[in-house]
Amino acid sequence: MIKFLLMVNKQGQTRLSKYYEQVELGKRAALEADMVRGCLARRKEECSFVEYKDYKLVYRQYAALFIVVGITENENELSIYELVHNFVEVLDKYFSRVSELDIMFNLDKVHIILDEMIINGHIVETNKNRILAPLLALDKMAEG
Amino acid sequence: MSDVVEKTLSALPGLFDNVTQTGAAKITSGLKQLIRSITELTSKHEEEKLMKQELSAMKEQVSSPNTSMKQMREVMVRAMYCEMLGYDASFTYIHAIKLAQQGSVLEKRVGYLAVSLFLTEGHELLLLLVNTVLKDLQSTNLIEVCMALTVVAQVFPKDMIPAVLPLVEDKLSHPKEIIRRKAVLALYKFYLIAPNQVQHIHAKFRKALCDKDPGVMTSSLHIYLQLIRESPDGYKDLTGSFVAIMKQVVGGKLPMDFYYHNVPAPWLQIQLLRILSLLGREDQSTSEQMYEVLDESLRRAEMNHNITYAILYECVKAIYTIHPKAELLEKAARCIGNFVLSPKINLKYLGLKALTYVVQHDAKLALQHQMTIIECLDHSDFTIKRETLELLFRITNAQNVTVIVEKMLDFLRGCGDEHTVIHLVGKVAELAEKFAPDNSWFIQTMSDVFSIGGDSLQQDVPNNFLRLLAEGSECKEEDDELRLFAVDSYLTVLKGDASHLPQHFLQVMSWVLGEYSHLQECVDQREVIRLLAKLLDQRSVSSETRVWILSALTKISEGQTDLILELAESLSSSQDTVLRQQAQELRHLSRDSQLQECVLPRGAPWDSMEVDSSLSFLDGFVSEALAAGAAPYKPPHQRQEELSEERALNLEPYSFSLPVSLSSCSITDRQSPPLLSVSSGLSGNSTELSQKEGSSTLILEGVRRVWGKDGYLPQKETAATAPPVDEPSIAVHPSGQQEVAERIETQPEPSTRNQDKQQLASSLFVGLGTQSSISLLGKSEAPPPRFRKKPRPHESSSSSSGTSERSSDSSSRSSRTTTDSFLYGSLLEEEPVTSTSTTTNGLSQNKHTEGDRRANTSQILGSDMVIVRPNTIQDRHPPSASSDLTALLPSEIKDLPHSDVISLTSDPSLSLASCRMFRDEALLLVIFICNCTDTVIKDVAVQLTCEELETASLRGNVVDCLEGKSTSVCHYALLMDEPHTNVSFTGTVSYQTQPGHTNTLPFSGTLSTVDFIRPLVVTTEEYGKLWLSLSHDVKQNLKLLTDAGGDPLKTTLNALKDALQLHVVDIIGSEGIVACRLLSGAPCLLHCRVNGSALAMWLRSPHPSLPDCILYHCQRALAEH
Repeated sequence: MIKFLLMVNKQGQTRLSKYYEQVELGKRAALEADMVRGCLARRKEECSFVEYKDYKLVYRQYAALFIVVGITENENELSIYELVHNFVEVLDKYFSRVSELDIMFNLDKVHIILDEMIINGHIVETNKNRILAPLLALDKMAEG
Repeated sequence: MSDVVEKTLSALPGLFDNVTQTGAAKITSGLKQLIRSITELTSKHEEEKLMKQELSAMKEQVSSPNTSMKQMREVMVRAMYCEMLGYDASFTYIHAIKLAQQGSVLEKRVGYLAVSLFLTEGHELLLLLVNTVLKDLQSTNLIEVCMALTVVAQVFPKDMIPAVLPLVEDKLSHPKEIIRRKAVLALYKFYLIAPNQVQHIHAKFRKALCDKDPGVMTSSLHIYLQLIRESPDGYKDLTGSFVAIMKQVVGGKLPMDFYYHNVPAPWLQIQLLRILSLLGREDQSTSEQMYEVLDESLRRAEMNHNITYAILYECVKAIYTIHPKAELLEKAARCIGNFVLSPKINLKYLGLKALTYVVQHDAKLALQHQMTIIECLDHSDFTIKRETLELLFRITNAQNVTVIVEKMLDFLRGCGDEHTVIHLVGKVAELAEKFAPDNSWFIQTMSDVFSIGGDSLQQDVPNNFLRLLAEGSECKEEDDELRLFAVDSYLTVLKGDASHLPQHFLQVMSWVLGEYSHLQECVDQREVIRLLAKLLDQRSVSSETRVWILSALTKISEGQTDLILELAESLSSSQDTVLRQQAQELRHLSRDSQLQECVLPRGAPWDSMEVDSSLSFLDGFVSEALAAGAAPYKPPHQRQEELSEERALNLEPYSFSLPVSLSSCSITDRQSPPLLSVSSGLSGNSTELSQKEGSSTLILEGVRRVWGKDGYLPQKETAATAPPVDEPSIAVHPSGQQEVAERIETQPEPSTRNQDKQQLASSLFVGLGTQSSISLLGKSEAPPPRFRKKPRPHESSSSSSGTSERSSDSSSRSSRTTTDSFLYGSLLEEEPVTSTSTTTNGLSQNKHTEGDRRANTSQILGSDMVIVRPNTIQDRHPPSASSDLTALLPSEIKDLPHSDVISLTSDPSLSLASCRMFRDEALLLVIFICNCTDTVIKDVAVQLTCEELETASLRGNVVDCLEGKSTSVCHYALLMDEPHTNVSFTGTVSYQTQPGHTNTLPFSGTLSTVDFIRPLVVTTEEYGKLWLSLSHDVKQNLKLLTDAGGDPLKTTLNALKDALQLHVVDIIGSEGIVACRLLSGAPCLLHCRVNGSALAMWLRSPHPSLPDCILYHCQRALAEH
């Protein structure tokens, strides 16, 4: 099961966070900082999975942006690693060449995309067209 | 893929003035400003300042009446930013709900999004969302339906599920796939938070599984994975369907947009493989159905991409989980080999993880990869190292334990991560206990565990260690030898510098020295006292540890009065009251050797301590206190319930205030806590009341603390049957090494470095191959663990009888084949098989046979009550001719209503039968112990365990002497505080047919909530008032019984009354009101109304889960009728 998904840049600033398990608001910032430190400290040739407390972190770097996913022990790390890539591909398709700024200026839309892909910590949709369909419909209605 | 994110922060200035991203709406100035400021932040201090400004600006904006919905949407995104950075923006929550309610589509979606991000399950504001969701679910705009379903699947108040359930169910047959898909996900959410409420739609889950759209089918798999994980036996008949789906996915029948990098729906494949492995576990016939598709899956996944490896990993796991097939195992093993040897580090990791899983089933596989494992052990990557240790932990045996533990301790010494340390240290302790080759190694390893584990060590590690020392084995000399080792070793440690040692370690040492230092004759007791007293002077020693040390000193003080008195004197002025008290006790004891002997008998056996767990010797004290006006004792959970009751939100808009409290008190007795709290909550003097209770309970608790929190619960060791510990086979070690070393010599390039590794390998992997152990040791089994704890009675009592019947039944069902059908199409015609269709056996029968026996003692049972309940316990054994057993019941309970007597278990000497008797305030579980032999059976002791229930009293559970062919009766009064639909109990009877030869006979059974439901006799008026005061409610439509010819409402209510012991208060027209309660505790009121061909039932109770429970049993009762 997926516990949370974070998008953090190299400076350790959170750009997006979504928790599928309740974590107190006050504790999130420190937790995120701690996890990102753990991921940043790792070298390129080391594997993309780190143990952190009760869960595993799967991280993947895109330019200056890290995507970190917290999962339970019984989850398949490599499939999550690829899920992250699928997510980025979806964002790329929607924003045509996504950047950190796209994510910042469209925080709500990135969340809407994520809500189509992951619900309650489960992967519910991976088909790119279907993930984007509701958001595209929304955009159309907003324009018209 | 790094080119994806190209526009980085360096490009910022230009982009801000000219934001032209595709798909992005026009960014309004407030948000734009905020984002710009956030990117420019350089310190935490600046961030705080910015957030403070932002929050106050937002506060102003949301409270202004001129703020448009469009602006509100922007405010919500800003609030998301604030919360993301950890700053509370709770004042916006209510506006998020408002936005979802009133905004146009995009604003509505952002409103819902904000709700799902801000509000967590159980948040009070969520209730305000229900109407909006209801409206949107009925909207003609698909987008709105979609977003309502999305939010329902994310966060929704549990109590309000019945309000939206029918609408969501309708959406399962919506023409649009996306709506059906989201409806399935919403139902999955309901299943997770309130399984009872969706159990009637399991047939519809099947329909979703067979949906013509792959997306809908995929989302139904989440529900099935969950259901199958909970009870695999119920879904074996679906194996064919899952296999068929898997075949079609692997075979490329899906549309192209389901492919990810040319692999068809990889995450779907992974999900299916998980389901298959659960279904095939320990089930040969089911496993056989999936061999082919697993083989194909292995074959297809040849492409060199991460995602195919992810599928392969899952496939390998499945192959090793299900019933083994040699050919597949071989392929899977080869696959793991490719993983482990891969230069790609992520694959290597996954290979190690797979290997760790697989060695549990086949330890030999580790041998094939021993050199790789050793390389990984020295790998620079922490994660790889950590996983390798996990693998080594799994393959540890008595021969390689020393090497592996040494490796683990080495790793731990250099590891800074506290969580890893705690986790691994526990494993080292476990291995040491299981496989220790000798005493000195064991004590030394445990000392390492305590010093490395530090103060974050889990408490059960020292506890287990001390218990092992104390309980010992059968052989006293060996035990004493071990204890002596410990004493010697700890004395050496304490003579050195002890200031840096963790508290747990000091506590362990002082306990051991206190108990066993007398075993070491050559050590002066005065020296021990001096060493311990020295610890007391150290500032780093915590006060808890000081208590341990003083206890130890108390134990060894005998004959050393001068030293002790001096010590007691110095402590009598301590700041710590506990220490002062202990010092006083110490002084008294050392002056009175007789008292000392009585309080602390030296060398007393561990389990001979008699503890009066009922605390009956305090009766005098309690009655005195009661006479003096103290309130009666209430257990903590009852008090907690009262408190939470007070805090619960009263959802009834127009409830009465004062009169309710009076009447609700009058209709139940004063003991009933939930009712009392309802009244106190409404009348306003609640604090006074609870304070009074608090003070009274404090006194009682203070008395109880003498025995510690859970200290002396009756966990007596009944059967001491542990065999003597085997001598460690020291000769095993070198020979085993040699064997493996020989095997390794065939490998190429033996450089010096490699030789080192090979030596390590030979010691790590010794004893893994079955061949080596057979040829060299002459026996195929691993040597038994050196330290073996005495078995605890309840550990042995798991019984698996009864399941075999069921599984064979389902396997015959599952022979259905659904192959070569069109994609997902063919399953629809199959009838649902999962409906609850058991235990209709003795229902009618019972009523007739014993229906005339009535209780005259019970006050709550009206004259129209059926006394004998349907037999909800599934009979494991055919009922014996034991109806005359009830004649043996003690006179004081003889007249209570009771169930049939059913047989529990039997062996040649004893047979056990049980019967449930229904008292107002408890369920009496009566156990008849019949001696089937002609000889006397001695020391019969019954022990019953049930986690969910509380035993209020028990009688007759120990019988010294049971004559031949006679029967003894014991009964337990059981209380249920938290409703559970079904609870199971287990237990054992131990007895001696010959002196010194103890037999144990396990038994188990099930009790249903129905056994704990009692009718609640109230008038219609009282019912009405009580109704308004209750907060938790559940609504649901039930089946209406129409077959009997008479008034359907009456027939249905009577059927429910008979099955569940309800009290029908009144029937007016098409409505009926019914009341019951959980023993003498929480009431539950049922309001029933005929609604077409269904019975609309509305349940209310002060207890959150009681309505669900009762509803479940109502459904069952009506289904069985």
